[in-house]
Amino acid sequence: MDLCSLSITEARQRLGRREISSVELTQAVLRRIQDVDERVHAYITVTEETALAAAERADRLLSEGVDAPLLGVPIAVKDNICTRDAPTTCASRMLTDFRPAYDATVVGKLRDAGAVIVGKTNLDEFAMGSSTEFSAFGPTRNPYDLDRVPGGSSGGSAAAVAAGEALGALGSDTGGSIRLPASFCGVVGLKPTYGRVSRYGLVAYASSLDQIGPFAGDVQGCAELLSVIAGHDPMDATSLDWPVGDYAASLSTDVKGLRIGVPDEYFGAGLDPAVESVVRSAIRQLESAGAEVLPVSLPHTKYALAAYYVIAPAEASANLSRYDGVKYGLSEDGADIWEAFAATRGKGFGIEVKRRIMIGTYALSAGYYDAYYLKAQRARTLIKQDFDRAFEKVDLLAGPTAPTVAFKIGEKMADPVSMYLTDIFTVTVNTAGLPALVVPCGLAHAMPVGLQLIGPAGSEGRLLNAGYAYEQLTAQAEWRACRPLMTAENAEIAEEN
Amino acid sequence: MSISHEEVLRVATLSRLAFSAEELKRLEEDLARILDYVNTLGELDLAAIAPTAQVIPLVNRLRNDEPAECLPVAELERMAPNWEDDMYRVAPVFEE
Repeated sequence: MDLCSLSITEARQRLGRREISSVELTQAVLRRIQDVDERVHAYITVTEETALAAAERADRLLSEGVDAPLLGVPIAVKDNICTRDAPTTCASRMLTDFRPAYDATVVGKLRDAGAVIVGKTNLDEFAMGSSTEFSAFGPTRNPYDLDRVPGGSSGGSAAAVAAGEALGALGSDTGGSIRLPASFCGVVGLKPTYGRVSRYGLVAYASSLDQIGPFAGDVQGCAELLSVIAGHDPMDATSLDWPVGDYAASLSTDVKGLRIGVPDEYFGAGLDPAVESVVRSAIRQLESAGAEVLPVSLPHTKYALAAYYVIAPAEASANLSRYDGVKYGLSEDGADIWEAFAATRGKGFGIEVKRRIMIGTYALSAGYYDAYYLKAQRARTLIKQDFDRAFEKVDLLAGPTAPTVAFKIGEKMADPVSMYLTDIFTVTVNTAGLPALVVPCGLAHAMPVGLQLIGPAGSEGRLLNAGYAYEQLTAQAEWRACRPLMTAENAEIAEEN
Repeated sequence: MSISHEEVLRVATLSRLAFSAEELKRLEEDLARILDYVNTLGELDLAAIAPTAQVIPLVNRLRNDEPAECLPVAELERMAPNWEDDMYRVAPVFEE
């Protein structure tokens, strides 16, 4: 039995029945990391020692009959989420040696739920990117094809789950950073409603858009992780005090009467026909199970990306002003404090972070504020209204996650706009603060494709149900037999290649 | 639309970012491309539309005014690049 291929639910059952121990499971995952991570590079830091200590503690508790939602389950955490016992680098030279003074709220919740944190995963620097190539520590590679990107910015988390280097993971999503890697790596990823999960301890990129969410091999695992990390937090003034459901326990395969809207604008020019065909066939599956499929229009979709690339950099330029070489992180000398700031930031930040700080500063500077920032905020209103109107007619929306499957490493590095266009179907959701779930729905060009389900604010339960229903409907589908190169059954093939 | 060399220098100063000449040249081209793309927003008639800064129905929520633990000074010292007598040491801010 390959322990690394267990779902979170299966692992919990086996741990609960004492068929396996958390130490065995954690050791299996650590061995997988040792075997494949030199090639995949999903991790920046592997916390072997503290993971094994947490696993031993979990085994003790399990033997005492204690139950906790993730007791003994190995989970990975994106390296822009603060951990007090491990470095939190944000994949930046600025924070290479930074060890936070506190745990993020979500990390505390994982620990309280008994999870075994196995390491910190790679990302685009400060979560700015769509491919995980903008990491100061080198790119993560897609476990299905090592010449391709895993998507970004939470590429390390998605690749870790796909390659069996963790049973679940946390990521963050500002413009698609959970959903795009989930789609590219063939795993399930959820971007919750803005405010559903506390951002305390998430290193800020664009504060009105950032949201932490889970990755898992299946919908149920994602649901279990969401129930653990969601909820109000006095440390985050934007966290919602809405009730948190037991999302996993209430999963159902019933989609009869569910009204699914298919936005015309998500199937336009630029969408790879092979991806379109897989996504449309997934929607037909839900229809044949009793869902009602209706066309809808989100007319301002094409402006969402432009609005996003003003709003996100503007917020980033303010958030990243804290990296001044004074309080923590990299520090360079200068003749006066202004030179020291510029030298520290010039050396500490990579090119994409600098681009976004520059764009954001420009958009907020005197004479340009109205032309860029205010205009983008007005466009944001229109984008949100599009969704409000659509959700008067339908319960959720279904469409592609990205226009293509995972692209080749290096393919889009020279042209920032072509990289940004990867996010064209995902940024809309952040702009409107909505939840969205990505579930694997087939293959195009032998690479995974993710179906994106978008719901109104607070509809995580509905999205997870629809995703679960789809997963059950296609449990025997042929494409599910295609596994990443890195899993045990394919390890030898990968070695030969 | 493009962005002038002088404007890029001005924004770099505002951003407190030092650039090599090569980086600066690349940035000029990149920023012009990105701004061209962003300018598609100009196609929209937005004059009568209210701006949206955030999307949740919450305003000015404060924590209860109760004393709580704060970060120990020793932790700040551990993280600080330059620390002296319980203070951050920085380069001169004013000319002598």
